[in-house]
Amino acid sequence: MELIRAEHLSLGYDSHNIIEDLNFSVNEGDYLCIVGENGAGKSTLMKTLLKLLAPTGGQIRFDGLKKNEIGYLPQQTQVQKDFPASVYEIVLSGCQAHCGLRPFYNREEKKRALENMEKLELTDLRNRCYRELSGGQQQRVLLARALCATRKILLLDEPVSGLDPKVTVEMYELIAGLNADGITVIMITHDISAALRYASHILHIGEDIFFGTRDEYAKSPVGRYFTEKMGGQAL
Amino acid sequence: MIDKLVLYLQMPMVHYALIVGVLIALCSSLLGVHLVLKRFSFIGDGLSHVAFGVMAIASVLQLSNDMLLVMPVTVICAVLLLRTGQNTKIKGDAAIAMISVGALAFGYLIMNIFPTSSNLSGDVCSTLFGSTSILTLTAGEVWLCIVLSAVVVLVFVLFYNKIFAITFDEDFARASGTEARLYNLIIAVITAVIIVLAMNLVGSLLISALVIFPALSAMRLFRNFLSVTVCSAVLSVFCALAGLIISILAGTPVGSTIVAVDAFAFLVCWVLGNVIKRRN
Repeated sequence: MELIRAEHLSLGYDSHNIIEDLNFSVNEGDYLCIVGENGAGKSTLMKTLLKLLAPTGGQIRFDGLKKNEIGYLPQQTQVQKDFPASVYEIVLSGCQAHCGLRPFYNREEKKRALENMEKLELTDLRNRCYRELSGGQQQRVLLARALCATRKILLLDEPVSGLDPKVTVEMYELIAGLNADGITVIMITHDISAALRYASHILHIGEDIFFGTRDEYAKSPVGRYFTEKMGGQAL
Repeated sequence: MIDKLVLYLQMPMVHYALIVGVLIALCSSLLGVHLVLKRFSFIGDGLSHVAFGVMAIASVLQLSNDMLLVMPVTVICAVLLLRTGQNTKIKGDAAIAMISVGALAFGYLIMNIFPTSSNLSGDVCSTLFGSTSILTLTAGEVWLCIVLSAVVVLVFVLFYNKIFAITFDEDFARASGTEARLYNLIIAVITAVIIVLAMNLVGSLLISALVIFPALSAMRLFRNFLSVTVCSAVLSVFCALAGLIISILAGTPVGSTIVAVDAFAFLVCWVLGNVIKRRN
């Protein structure tokens, strides 16, 4: 089933366009990696998909995806670096969008938070303070929070930035596992070899725009440039 | 000294002062945690200077109840300042600083051009640093304060989880479908209400202290949001009570005494926090 379709999408700030005439679609169960150079508009595209920014032209259709069925893993903000909050408080706050005007979390939502903490091996860290965790642990907390918000689709903004190589691989495997469980994944990454290894579809933005499956990307001119430089080891 | 305290504590005006002081300290500390973490520590200062400017206009217009003008204008300014849109041309701290000093200057200017009493500098000084007006409150004012404080506390408790969500990560909250704009608006309105109320207690120059000190002190000691919020509220109420009693006994200015106690409490919490950290 098609979840998201972008048609003739233009993105940018004020009236200045960074990307023009972007077309792609995301189906249920897909693993889409968005790659491209710095400043190409990856984060702007993600903010538009999240409806935090309005597109400057074209449209995005969300079929069969309600507003509170989106899970988001943002990049770390300055505020969070010294925020006094426990792991459980943060994971539980992912359920907020399902509360509506109800002031407190119900039993089901608390259970869901605990289940997601179990899934991401955070149960032992339940009462630890977020700012005292390692980078990898912090990302797992934010991922657990995103899973509380959705069972359908995850949007990840550079989930491995700042993590060491071992934790990076663990994070990628974790995300691949979630995708295998049926959750659709859209991920921004700089790491083209990871995109070629894990993604089902690739969207390359920048001077050349490419959208297609992973195999099509590897054969395309823009994809070949990268795979040849890496000696084709990614595949 | 105990005799003197017992004597004072029997006076209704001292009861009023204690009730109002405790309530304002409670309300401002609850919101303080959110404002400090959102990097809006100076919002108290900015809004209270706006309230000062509007008060000057109200006294020139000789309004019988200046609250009717001060409250709405301050609320509007709070909404404008706390609107954290991406499109704002002047960023948060600069906007607050601009409105803050601008309102202060215009307020003083207006009071000078249209003097309403012979003791101008006395009037200005008491509005800026808090006056003895906390000891001359009428029963009506006390009831107004009780009702507004009850509303603020109730709103805070009912919206506690939502406030946590948008304080920690507003983008995530909005992206996953939380009405962050609505809750930001609610926070802006109650911030303005608290600040106008608090002007009676500590004056417009010292309000920031009531907002930030308890939150900062609590953050030295605790590592999760609920504990920080509760500790901040308890600490703030305790410091306000201690400050009020000291100022009554020693005859010192109410506002600055309370702030001094808050600052001292921060120092104690800072030392305690370091001791705890070293133990672990």
